[in-house]
Amino acid sequence: MLNKGGTLVTNNDRAAAGPAPGGLGRRWRPREKLIEGWIVLAGLLTIVVLLGIIALLMKEGLPIFLHTPPWEFFFGAKWYPVSEPPTFGIMPFFVATFWVTLVATAISVPVGVACAAYLAEVAPARVRETVKPVIEILAGIPSVVMGFIGLMLLSPLVQSLFHLNTGLSGLTAGIMLSLMSLPIIISVSEDALRALPDDFRQAAYALGATRWETIWHISIPGSLSGITAAVMLGVGRAIGETMTVLMVAGGALAVPIAPTDPMMPMTAAIASGIGNAVRGGFQYQALFAIGLSLFVITLAVNLVADRVLERQKRKFAR
Amino acid sequence: MNIDTQLLHEKTTGPRQSRLRTEAVNLYYGTFQALRNISLEIPERAITAIIGPSGCGKSSLLRLFNRMNDLITGARVVGLVELDGINIYDDSVDVVELRKRVGMVFQKPNPFPMSVFENVAFGPRRHGRHKLGELEDIVTRSLQQAALWDEAKDKLGQSALALSGGQQQRLCIARVLAVEPEVILMDEPCSALDPVATLRIEELMRDLARDYTIVIVTHNMQQAARVSDMAAFLMMETDKAGTLVEYGPTSEIFTNPRDKRTEDYITGRFG
Repeated sequence: MLNKGGTLVTNNDRAAAGPAPGGLGRRWRPREKLIEGWIVLAGLLTIVVLLGIIALLMKEGLPIFLHTPPWEFFFGAKWYPVSEPPTFGIMPFFVATFWVTLVATAISVPVGVACAAYLAEVAPARVRETVKPVIEILAGIPSVVMGFIGLMLLSPLVQSLFHLNTGLSGLTAGIMLSLMSLPIIISVSEDALRALPDDFRQAAYALGATRWETIWHISIPGSLSGITAAVMLGVGRAIGETMTVLMVAGGALAVPIAPTDPMMPMTAAIASGIGNAVRGGFQYQALFAIGLSLFVITLAVNLVADRVLERQKRKFAR
Repeated sequence: MNIDTQLLHEKTTGPRQSRLRTEAVNLYYGTFQALRNISLEIPERAITAIIGPSGCGKSSLLRLFNRMNDLITGARVVGLVELDGINIYDDSVDVVELRKRVGMVFQKPNPFPMSVFENVAFGPRRHGRHKLGELEDIVTRSLQQAALWDEAKDKLGQSALALSGGQQQRLCIARVLAVEPEVILMDEPCSALDPVATLRIEELMRDLARDYTIVIVTHNMQQAARVSDMAAFLMMETDKAGTLVEYGPTSEIFTNPRDKRTEDYITGRFG
């Protein structure tokens, strides 16, 4: 800060000079300081917790690589934690997570975005105002209930439809997960679509574009960053969801060849194994290493999405 | 870009066909009546200005001609709006086809968040032109017509949002021209622009009026006097929006208004 003469005045100088005349002196505002401090603390806390989680995963998980080299751990197809000697290959879980997420995404993204477009662009206000809260309530159904529904209703259907030995499969799990990520995708995409300025739509309509053309060529590309965020949230839920896949994916330990095979995604492997694992033992470490891998996968997915968005923005926006 | 006064003169004296006309049109937004009993004949290949104070229904009247009011829930039109003798509010009329023939430029420049090229190619693509060579021709021609080619020819692949406000508005005009309309509606096209950019758009409008029928809504009396051949003065009386006070050649409206209210408005006594 500069004073009249143009020399630098520091806060210390000012304090030494006493309060400025005319009632303009700096005041001590304890309430402001308190709130400011609280906000900084809350921000720091989030970072500390996140770093703590990473540190814990690494501390508990990384030692497994002293027993099983990373190559065997990630690409090994045999998970025999209690054999002598035990082998820890997580390929079956990894591929299972891939299939389940692929099925869930393939269903929930097109359906979710289409539904959001309907609500934002086509539906009359009254329909939107009734349907949206209902969809948001769907997001709150506990995953164990979704697991039940998959077990009782969907798995027999999948079994007879695809002539399978068991209806408990990656496909069943993927479909259930798609239902669980749909509400997030719809709700967040709809917000994104509605945030797009109406100018673009008006211009498109005035050029003789149909409603469908306007949605497909203007509204969806225009709100792509929001829709991508919605998809990431949905996919994130699908990757991380545990209870439902534990109940309906089938739990087989072989590397699944087709999505219709019974399988055990990474989350289910952790949940089902952790109860039997001796604390600090090899299996315990291996399970933590799976958790660490999951964390890295979701992080990578988010980073890739960020990059894609950034490129998209640079291409169009100023 | 000189205004060809010779041509203008010929045009004003030659026979004029009326492309757009309204007869006893009333427009309602729910229970609110925005236009009252409006009858107008808009001359072909000329500029018709709609002037009047804020909220008097100028934009509503303009949006009648390409049925943009359809997008507003509760909007209802009673009366006749004709394009070449066809009632455009008839059930058999396809709105998409109508908007191909009646283009629109908006108040705020609203290029799509795409490249300059894609902005201009948007309309033609929607109407079935997909060959790249053909699109390139259309884009070049439209940008030339909109007097933007020299400034934009090296920026075709760049974002349209990187252009200046005046360039963006000319791009929006090029985007409309690419669809090859017969009528161009302009809703206060210069109100977001600086005087220099405004002048360029006005020159462009005069050029375009040789081939197109233009209807412009403007707040700016000088602009209406400068560019338009015909002028319609709309007014808002106490809870009576959308009354057509006077309609006639711009020269008469501005020099010898028949109605006292027109005179008061034009001379700046209210508004």
